[in-house]
Amino acid sequence: MTSPFLRLSGIRKDFGSFNALKSVDLDIAQGEFVCFLGPSGCGKTTLLRIIAGLEAQTAGRIEQAGRDISTLPPAERDYGIVFQSYALFPNLNVADNVAYGLVNRKVPRAEIQARVSELVSLVGLPGSERKFPSQLSGGQQQRIALARALATKPGLLLLDEPLSALDAIVRVHLRQEIRSLQRKLGVTTIMVTHDQEEALSVADRIVVMNHGAIEQVGTPMEVYRDPATPFVADFVGRINALPATLEAAGQLRLGSRTFACPHEGDVGAAVRVYLRPEDVLARPIANGDSNVFDAEIDKIEFLGSYCLVRVRSSDLGEHRLTVYLSLNFLAEHQLEVGGRLPLRLLPDRMRLF
Amino acid sequence: MAVLVHEPAAGPPRGGRGARLRAHWTDRIAHLTLAAVALALVAFLAAPLAKILFQSLEDAEGRFVGLANFISYAQTPALLESLWNSLWVSALVTVVTIPLAFAFAYALTRSCMRFKSAFRTLTLVPLLAPSLLSAISLIYWFGNQGVLKVPMQALGINEIYGAPGIVLAEIFSVFPHALMILITALTLSDARLYEAADAMGTSAARKFWTITLPGAKYGLISAALVTFTLVITDFGIPKVIGGNFNVLATDVFKLVIGQQDFQRGAVVALLLLAPAVLTFGVDHWVSRKQTAMLTARAVPYAPRPAPAYDALMTAYCGAVALLILAMVGMALFASFASFWPYNLKPSLRHYVMGLVDAEVGDAFINSLLVAAGTASVGTALVFVGAYMLEKTKGMDGLRSAVRLLAMLPMAVPGLVLGLGYIFFFNAPGNPLNGLYHTITLLTACTIVHFYTTGHLTAVTALKSLDAEFEAVSASLKVPFYKTFWRVTLPICTPALVDIARYFFINAMTTISAVVFLYSPDTKVASIAILNLDEAGEIGAAAAMAMLIAAANTVATLLFLGAGWWIDRRTQAWKRPAPV
Repeated sequence: MTSPFLRLSGIRKDFGSFNALKSVDLDIAQGEFVCFLGPSGCGKTTLLRIIAGLEAQTAGRIEQAGRDISTLPPAERDYGIVFQSYALFPNLNVADNVAYGLVNRKVPRAEIQARVSELVSLVGLPGSERKFPSQLSGGQQQRIALARALATKPGLLLLDEPLSALDAIVRVHLRQEIRSLQRKLGVTTIMVTHDQEEALSVADRIVVMNHGAIEQVGTPMEVYRDPATPFVADFVGRINALPATLEAAGQLRLGSRTFACPHEGDVGAAVRVYLRPEDVLARPIANGDSNVFDAEIDKIEFLGSYCLVRVRSSDLGEHRLTVYLSLNFLAEHQLEVGGRLPLRLLPDRMRLF
Repeated sequence: MAVLVHEPAAGPPRGGRGARLRAHWTDRIAHLTLAAVALALVAFLAAPLAKILFQSLEDAEGRFVGLANFISYAQTPALLESLWNSLWVSALVTVVTIPLAFAFAYALTRSCMRFKSAFRTLTLVPLLAPSLLSAISLIYWFGNQGVLKVPMQALGINEIYGAPGIVLAEIFSVFPHALMILITALTLSDARLYEAADAMGTSAARKFWTITLPGAKYGLISAALVTFTLVITDFGIPKVIGGNFNVLATDVFKLVIGQQDFQRGAVVALLLLAPAVLTFGVDHWVSRKQTAMLTARAVPYAPRPAPAYDALMTAYCGAVALLILAMVGMALFASFASFWPYNLKPSLRHYVMGLVDAEVGDAFINSLLVAAGTASVGTALVFVGAYMLEKTKGMDGLRSAVRLLAMLPMAVPGLVLGLGYIFFFNAPGNPLNGLYHTITLLTACTIVHFYTTGHLTAVTALKSLDAEFEAVSASLKVPFYKTFWRVTLPICTPALVDIARYFFINAMTTISAVVFLYSPDTKVASIAILNLDEAGEIGAAAAMAMLIAAANTVATLLFLGAGWWIDRRTQAWKRPAPV
């Protein structure tokens, strides 16, 4: 394999007696789009700031493009950064903001001008050069901040929760634009976010963090389908977690009956079964299918085209299960709270911890 | 994609103090600047104060004597009487001023009375003149030849000189200070609390006791402490109208200038420092509580018209405004009266006599020099210092020391600071001895005296900027000083104008710190007023006080004009987009 573009080894950070990062190791390849995902306080922003040189790590080593940058001040590293607050200079207009880093490099005026108009077009705001930041919307300001960060053609683009301050629709739109821009320019990008949907939709790889440590690194699909830890399963997407006991020959006991589930554990071991709502099927169910049980609707939460339905079953004992059912399905079968229907658990989607 | 992930290994903690980033050469510039600010604050603040402490523990020959000076102080009945006088006068002024100011602030913030901005502006007028102006006015109203001397005596007060004069004059001079704090406290209110109370049918009185008063509690504490400290450390008013009534502040002056008893002077100075330090500590604690109380979601309270109540409030504020006008007006009138009280025909006699015969003209020029120096050098120092503290990194030990030194002047009365300057700069071995008695030292002392308010204004302005400007600049490889020049400074110019104005006005009116530091050549106008009063030329004293007020009025207008002009030129980005 080629050597990674960015290599973090043993990165540790203490704030006084608080251990914010516990020996983080991570390699990021050239041109990759990586998301640091985790709840607030998990250390993801601290890790980004260490990569940027805005915080000094307590221990560990950072290499970028084969160069040890562990103790370099920010000005001697090679990155562009975008913050949640945009941090646009309010007294400078869009052109001056975007050109801010270029002017200092003694780039000729004409060249600066050309580069600025190229960049503002690139982020979809051509002709806005004379405007001041306060005359732009939040989403537009963030685009300009992105243009400013890209102006000097950095090798690494750092995005610190860039979309968190925007409203939902702009957020969804802009994240796709950032993604396609990144593809186009091929710049290695790290984005910090606490929004799992955002991470799933844009990242090549997601680094899920919790309590200062990496829980899992993987593609969005891996992280969603094959969560490595209960934390990842819980944090990424919605999931049911039910206590169960392992039985022999691909069976486990859940509530008052056994279900088929491939496993390699010891008979009698107590486990938790993790199962996503979409992995509990209401149809198609054919005669003779395994893992089918009779459910009674306990509660319906309307979410638009589909509903989040909580069911109970004599088979499951006191446990409740949450499943997705489409609005059409509910209407078709005239299901309401108290209604009954058969459901099926997909054996190969059950994850045991 | 080829990817390598190591399992996070929970090994033993590595490294002791941890890695440090290498400092970029631009960081070194920031560090040097911060060190220079620290050095200035040590030389002109910490060292003089430390000198007072040492002086109080030494005898006249410089031998260490422990607490002997304190013991000898405590055994001097006359000095103990001053301590008692200072305490009860300050307490009385506080007890009277706070309710008066609270009612005024309440009317301004919680009623729909008319002429609010006129009332507000009028209360600020006394700040333009030295505080002893109210003492001079009182002498004209109630003094030996005063207009209202007979009615006053009918009330049982024999003469205005002494405690009655000090109390009355101090009430007038501290009223604007208490008022500003209370207006701030009452402005920080959450309308939703009142709406909730209304929804539950709460009576107006109950709302006042359960919402308004607790909400303003910290402001009240802070205002009371500030009032007490201002009064107990004030020198000008007791000097002018105190007569034979001795207080701590006049004692310091007599001990140090009159008797050259530096040791006991230092003891009294430390006594004056005590309430100020206490105020500072409590105020610090209070301001934390105050900000924690108000969430970002609070809805500002908007008073609703209530004719009877609004009329009552207008009447009250009108009465207070009349009293303030009477104070200022009397001094103004008397300064033009040819020969009080026999010939009241307006003339410029007192102005001529003050400016020409008593050579206050030179003092006035000195005052302007000090004020201009304070406003320019002080503003630059304060802003650069605050910027280095807030926006640069590294040298954490020095950083917290500078932070502390920047807050310290708030806790040091001018009299104590001035005394420290004598002890420190007049010492023969001090290489800075050459500064003693110079305009430069007067300016330095004034800058330090009013440093904290300027510092806090600068810090507030800087904190309102995005915290990541410096990080963005570093990532774009632009040195911090370019961003300071291109972004930070232009955005903060309104705050800079405010700071400069504050420095200028206070430099023109201050007495307490500079009273120890002038020589005949470097006398400033506020001191000249004191000397004129001592010489019995009270008319000329009033005239000179009026001149200071006039100069300050002109300066204020100029600063406002400059602020407006700069605002137009540099704050274009605040205006909405051209259509």
